[in-house]
Amino acid sequence: MLHHLLVNKYASCAMILFGIGFTMLLLHQNLIRKIIGLNIMDTAVYLFLAAQGYITGRTAPIVVDGVQEVAAYINPIPSGLVLTGIVVSVSSSALLLGLTICLHRRYHTLDLDKITMAVTKEWM
Amino acid sequence: MELVCNLPAISIFLCMLCAIFTPAVSGRTAKKMTVLLLCAVSIMSFLVLRYTLRTGGSFVFLMGRFPAPWGNEIRGGILEGLLATLFAIIMLSSILGGMKHIDIEIDPHKLNLYFIMVDLMMASLLALIYTNDLFTAYVFVEINTIAAAGLIMIRQIGRTYVASMRYLMMSQLGSGLFLMSLAMLYSLTGQLLMQPARQAVAGLFASGSYSEPLIITIALMTVGLAIKSGLYPFHSWMPGTYGYSTAASSSILSGLVSKGYIVLLIKIYYRVFGLSVIMEGKISNILFVFGLAGMVMGSISAIRETDIRRMTAYSSVAQIGYVYMGLGLGTEYGVIASVFHILTHAVSKPLLFLSATGLSDVSGGSKRFYNLRGAAYRNPIAGAGFTIGALSMVGLPLFAGFISKLLFAEAAVRDPDKMLPALVVLAISTILNAVYFLHTVITIYTPVGNAHLPRQGNAGLRLAIYVFSAVNIALGLFSQPVVDIIKAGLDIFG
Repeated sequence: MLHHLLVNKYASCAMILFGIGFTMLLLHQNLIRKIIGLNIMDTAVYLFLAAQGYITGRTAPIVVDGVQEVAAYINPIPSGLVLTGIVVSVSSSALLLGLTICLHRRYHTLDLDKITMAVTKEWM
Repeated sequence: MELVCNLPAISIFLCMLCAIFTPAVSGRTAKKMTVLLLCAVSIMSFLVLRYTLRTGGSFVFLMGRFPAPWGNEIRGGILEGLLATLFAIIMLSSILGGMKHIDIEIDPHKLNLYFIMVDLMMASLLALIYTNDLFTAYVFVEINTIAAAGLIMIRQIGRTYVASMRYLMMSQLGSGLFLMSLAMLYSLTGQLLMQPARQAVAGLFASGSYSEPLIITIALMTVGLAIKSGLYPFHSWMPGTYGYSTAASSSILSGLVSKGYIVLLIKIYYRVFGLSVIMEGKISNILFVFGLAGMVMGSISAIRETDIRRMTAYSSVAQIGYVYMGLGLGTEYGVIASVFHILTHAVSKPLLFLSATGLSDVSGGSKRFYNLRGAAYRNPIAGAGFTIGALSMVGLPLFAGFISKLLFAEAAVRDPDKMLPALVVLAISTILNAVYFLHTVITIYTPVGNAHLPRQGNAGLRLAIYVFSAVNIALGLFSQPVVDIIKAGLDIFG
């Protein structure tokens, strides 16, 4: 068991980080902590993807001195996926932070429960 | 390749292009552009449907002309054409029906921003329907989420800010799980296109290697998309989101957005894993149980509501439960029933939300049942629209909802283990639906002392109510051709 975890150390680490991020996003009431949780969760997936694409002893698929054979390069697709994923997570983080600013201006707190209570009171 | 094979890619591209140019124009021009765009998309999708029905098969459009397994593909078939046509028409009717409230509730300087979100929403829905590539699907799932959040919070009040925050938080949980499952599937199969991934998955199952990671991948993907589409118990964002956003947004969100994710899930089941694998993995049993729970719990929450919009929102929880119950049966009949119910719900729920808005407009803007007494006399067309939607959701013959319940029952009877719970819960849920929907219909038809002259409401709302009612009754009366089309579409879907 421990041996398997050590062999797949990047994947194990990614899963632990994913769990931490997921729990933070789900359970914390503070909006900023939720957004940090979201970013940890996304970063864990990128670590997992990048680790799957990397092959020890090979180099990045950038042609420097002529095209070498396939065995010289790592798999570039996961890196491409990570870049796309980063763009997506940056934009959703930006949207969430913008929304947090709007809510903080109005209700002067970052606690989602308190904000919900204030909103309910406002509309009674 | 015939010209019509380019139309799916063109319609997605046109939506994106419109979204890019909309910030530069005024709100009024943006409105006209979006209406024209949605008309064009409806016609193009209909041409795709007609072409695929004539040829009886599907076609693959290569983006950038790289063949599989390298390129990115769009695939059009009968089911894709049907869904795209209906989704575009529903989007157009929802926008026209909610136009008056869009003008009132949205800051005039931000009107064009609203239509960017509508264009992007249409682009992402079309892409989810047509794409054949898993990572493209993920990117458009995210675009869909962000556009949906924009549609909610454009009405700048505290309620919608909180609603869109809750929606985004739940959606991001779902997206995270979906992305993780994609990463795992890629590391297992090395493919992102659906057909090559299918071959690799079939090979893995035949050899028996990596069976546990594959099951975990299927589970993560299912849970991720279930959270995003609002399956019970992940429905906490629904009442706020549908209850307080502007009428057109509520219609689009309830009718289409959650359906886009379910269509993607069905596509992944058919095209990547195969229905037999889903059955063997017992994932369908879990969906079945949660679907049944949603059908009952959504209706119970709806009964307790005193706000017509929130009640209709909770009813969506129950209807999403129906769709997942059908998927959980794990047979082709169950999936046909689910797809038909997607269509039923997509034409009934926007009708209910738009009519409810029409009714509360003539009741001093209140959404409480107490103030809505007699509203159907003050706005007869909205009253009739709400009644048709409600009767369809309860499942009275003549309306689309009856046919979907019949299809669910027929599908359930074919599975001896799941027959009893499915039929019992179907009956309980129908009674609960009748309790709150008929209560509302009786409330709006309860005469109150001071009689008002009936008001017609605005032309857009009337048009939308006519279109939705007509489609609803057409689905109820002429269901067999539609069921045949869905069946033919599912046969070539995999």
